Amino acid sequence: MTERIVIVGGGTGGSVAANRLAEKLDAEIESGDVEVTLVTDDPDHVYKPIYLYVPFGKKTPEDARRPVRELLDPKVELRINRVVDIDTDAKRLECQDGHTTLNYDHLIVATGAKLAPEEVPGLAEDGHHFYGPQGAAKLRDALADFEEGHLVLSVVGVPHMCPAAPVEFTLMADEWFRQRGIRDQVEITYTYPIQRLHGLEPIHEWMEPRFQDRDINYETFFNAESVDPDEHVLESMEGTELDYDLLVAIPPHTGDELITEAGLGDDGWAEVNKHTLEAERAENVYVLGDAADIPTSKAGSVAHYAAGTVADRIASEIRGQVPTATYDGKTVCFIEAGMDEATFVEFDYEHPPVVRDENKFIHWAKLAYNETYWLTAKGLL
Amino acid sequence: MSESISADVTIDARGSACPGPLMDLIGKVKKGDPGTIYKLQTSDRGSMEDVPEWVEKAGHELMETVEHEDHWDIYIKKTE
Repeated sequence: MTERIVIVGGGTGGSVAANRLAEKLDAEIESGDVEVTLVTDDPDHVYKPIYLYVPFGKKTPEDARRPVRELLDPKVELRINRVVDIDTDAKRLECQDGHTTLNYDHLIVATGAKLAPEEVPGLAEDGHHFYGPQGAAKLRDALADFEEGHLVLSVVGVPHMCPAAPVEFTLMADEWFRQRGIRDQVEITYTYPIQRLHGLEPIHEWMEPRFQDRDINYETFFNAESVDPDEHVLESMEGTELDYDLLVAIPPHTGDELITEAGLGDDGWAEVNKHTLEAERAENVYVLGDAADIPTSKAGSVAHYAAGTVADRIASEIRGQVPTATYDGKTVCFIEAGMDEATFVEFDYEHPPVVRDENKFIHWAKLAYNETYWLTAKGLL
Repeated sequence: MSESISADVTIDARGSACPGPLMDLIGKVKKGDPGTIYKLQTSDRGSMEDVPEWVEKAGHELMETVEHEDHWDIYIKKTE
């Protein structure tokens, strides 16, 4: 009997998992003992870190997209459809077209995170962001016209994708305004929900002196509650008001409603074993990437490494072996420190990051990785 | 003691490292109504500092903290 592995989601986690499975189970797939199917509602794979560069005119939203089919091993069956129901008892998925039903023996859910600016009144009307193609392009136009005034970068939603991005955007904007000769006419303020500038203390310690050196203001314990689009005022739960001329926000995020409806977790984030990525509330289900509620960043590198673990485990299960692969929380992030220098951090569940001084070489490495990322999606790098 | 406080919302952040418990609390308080009582369960010692600090800054009420063998229960009431 053929063992059916179904992957929901065509982002980093889904693509890497599919390709790793195709590689590991090559013989079983060839003989018809195993099928690997990936279902995604977007025919394109999107590499979201590209969007950071769009507001500064360094990339276009199109640079972030490639057809999923081009990235998947030919042995992986691709279905462009939206899964609307996961029945973990019957081990069956229903698709949006109303007539496609997929049965699985092993399920990988990698549905990612999405933006929910509507959770904060006024934010969608007057707040910019760079977490999607339209938002990043709109912000590029707004920044091009912005010659003086107060730019506020507010981290509104936590958890959010790519915890380095708001730090990078702020430092890049500072240098970009300097390069344009208008920094003295622009005030920059960064806000963060907790008592420091970043969730990870070593990153806070790296940020604080740099913000002070570059005249970047900051507000901590600032949890944006509402935006007044007419008066251009951002108000926090803690009662602080900030007047702005240009508001760039990291919007609230949610997971896919599929997760909640399938009973895999709350608020769209699935409850999983943080080492095995097995769903706590269902059998034969793994959840990885942004959709998994694990105590590390919602970052591409997390999805990438977790996908390798999940592929190893499923391959072992199929061969009747005891799965031993585990995920230790490994996370790797580049952090741009301006327009031409960067640093990077590597950490896991047990070891906090060590943040080194930025340099040009790491910035070039980040740009080079952005070009070679597609090899990661293919499961090669 | 704590047994007399009846929480409307329990947030189990045990096993989560700083700033996870505080983030979880802020997220729930943001969505709740004034008067709601939250019980934050945390095993991270840092919560003993950052949670009271945020509760004071945000003007909510820190009702009680109860120490258990492997975690703390922090009771918070959301004000207007």
